[in-house]
Amino acid sequence: MAAPASPSIPFARNLREAGIAAAIAMALAIPFLGLRTVNLDQGLVVQANLRYVPLAGLVVFLGRLVLGLLAAPLRRAVAPLAGLKPPAGAQRLRPYGGPLLILAAAVLPFLPFANRYVIDLGTTALIYILLATGLNITVGLAGLLDLGFAAFYAIGAYTCALTTTQLHWGFWPALAAGGLASSLFAVLLSLPILRLRGDYLAIVTLGFGEITRIVILNWQSLTGGPNGVSGIARPTLFGLTFDRRAPEGGHTFAEMTGIAYAPEQRLIFLYLVILALTALAAYTVGRLRRLPIGRAWEALREDEIACRSLGINPTMVKVSAYATGALMGGLAGCVFAARQGFVSPESFGFMESATILAIVVLGGMGSQAGVIIAALFIVVLPELARSFADYRMLAFGLAMILIMIWKPGGLLSGRTPTITLSARKAKSMAEATS
Amino acid sequence: MSTEPLLDVQGLTMRFGGLLAVDHVDLTAERNRITALIGPNGAGKTTIFNCLTGFYKPTAGRLLLRHPVRGPIELQKLKGFGVARTGVVRTFQNIRLFPSMTVLENLLVAQHQALMPQSAFSFAGLLNLKGWRAAEDAAVETARDWLRRLDLLAVADEAAGNLSYGMQRRVEIARAMSTNPLLLCLDEPAAGLNPRETRALAELLVGIRVEHGIGILLIEHDMGLVMDISDRIFVVDHGARIAAGTPAEIRNDEGVIKAYLGEPDADEATTGTESP
Repeated sequence: MAAPASPSIPFARNLREAGIAAAIAMALAIPFLGLRTVNLDQGLVVQANLRYVPLAGLVVFLGRLVLGLLAAPLRRAVAPLAGLKPPAGAQRLRPYGGPLLILAAAVLPFLPFANRYVIDLGTTALIYILLATGLNITVGLAGLLDLGFAAFYAIGAYTCALTTTQLHWGFWPALAAGGLASSLFAVLLSLPILRLRGDYLAIVTLGFGEITRIVILNWQSLTGGPNGVSGIARPTLFGLTFDRRAPEGGHTFAEMTGIAYAPEQRLIFLYLVILALTALAAYTVGRLRRLPIGRAWEALREDEIACRSLGINPTMVKVSAYATGALMGGLAGCVFAARQGFVSPESFGFMESATILAIVVLGGMGSQAGVIIAALFIVVLPELARSFADYRMLAFGLAMILIMIWKPGGLLSGRTPTITLSARKAKSMAEATS
Repeated sequence: MSTEPLLDVQGLTMRFGGLLAVDHVDLTAERNRITALIGPNGAGKTTIFNCLTGFYKPTAGRLLLRHPVRGPIELQKLKGFGVARTGVVRTFQNIRLFPSMTVLENLLVAQHQALMPQSAFSFAGLLNLKGWRAAEDAAVETARDWLRRLDLLAVADEAAGNLSYGMQRRVEIARAMSTNPLLLCLDEPAAGLNPRETRALAELLVGIRVEHGIGILLIEHDMGLVMDISDRIFVVDHGARIAAGTPAEIRNDEGVIKAYLGEPDADEATTGTESP
């Protein structure tokens, strides 16, 4: 064995640690693997089958041993990567990153490999990016932990569903209504909870998320309760629908453009709609960060008392952060409703809030690029691992733990200043010479 | 110079449950003057500051600010951020910067009140209109001026939290000055500064009070600094005001010597050694 390969951790210690790990694994394996309930004629009985327990011990022992032996060489191999910086040229390309990414996303549905599944996955990812962009304002910038963001998502979705089915609005006015309704609820929510901070704020937002879901679930006459709302209007392009047959007095996209009807067209259009919304949201947040309001959000996260000492009204700053974040959540909800054509309360449980928060935290609080990478990771990775069926959530959890170990601040944890004096100086000098 | 002081505090009382932290304190602060508030630890100086700047609501008393534009304002009726908007701006004993934001950003946040309407509550800013860009440039210039005065230009783009203690103190003063205050309230600005930095601070304070026509109210334990630059000194002990006067008067006040400056010889205070 390669015992001398790791002089810092002697082989004996590796052996001992592997032994301890194996013992723990076997102790855990007794209830997990050794006992199982079987439904026999006389009822449910517990059967002991301890065959797998030593096996689990052996696997963990070997695994821990190999890990221990590889740790030192691995660390040495990875060490030079830590000091790696992108080349200077990459910095100049930075402003083009966003537009290039949007362009790449826009051509995706027209690429040869893009089938229904890929477009659908892309739409889901974009919905999550939009949601996380919104939550990133509240959590990442303003530092207000929100565990009930799915509530705003739900309010947007249900506003869209109800205005199109009950009031027969089109998709576009319903979209606006969804965003505004979410924003309005955010203002109403934020007013009573402004005095809370940290953990208490998190608990109240958690409660708000659950209350919203439960109200939707129980308000049968309006929301249809657990049956949900169906028949939600699909998006239209200047009044053109993407149906096979035109509705009464309307026209379809296929009729007017002469392009043969294909069921994917509707999907592609929806994908492009959510892409445009997400791009707009990302651009808006990028600009807001550079405005007084965005700086006040960040200042609030850093020190609320200092904010007050400078004449900033923390109430207004918090309300604006909640409202802007919720606006984006509401828009995402609306697109979600229009894509499914159906909404029900199950889609907006705590898992949804947790997933969106995970995207923000994984990406690195306050980082837009981080949100995009993390959303792709969270949406696409479980899909790729679909063939592992039951184990995909396990793999997902493992990946999350690994990231938290190696990148505790999120994938992109650095903060870019919103303004720099050095850049300003260069600019004013350039203006003076021209 | 108007005959009426900029700030007129009458009968300020602050009670925390059974504890009488501040007991009927009267004090005044004038424009173009440095007023110092001294006293032993726990005398209630910072409590007075917190009442003045709206962080505490005083149990009783009247805090009258004679605002040159808005007329007389009773500060005790305003909320914390409202007091700062009248131009009474403070720094903190244990520095409160926005640590992960850069020094320049800290100074821009300080100008929030002016910039917010200029960005048309973000709408003009979102569209990057010309009016907004001009307003932002002006704000950056204001910040640049203060950075230059406090010798911070070189670290303008550094995260404020990464600076040395002395620099952070200067950033906090620069940030307070960026708000264009009427009355600058400094809570122990010289704490943790070395003698050279303290001298620079003294020069700065003496310079800006006249140049900007502001009043400066100062809590400080460095007697050398206080005696050098103050125009008027108020001494508090156990929440009550025990003396008021010019540095010369305070130095020879028996009550003050007994309570604060120290018994043995008065010239210990004049040489600037720390108080007991």
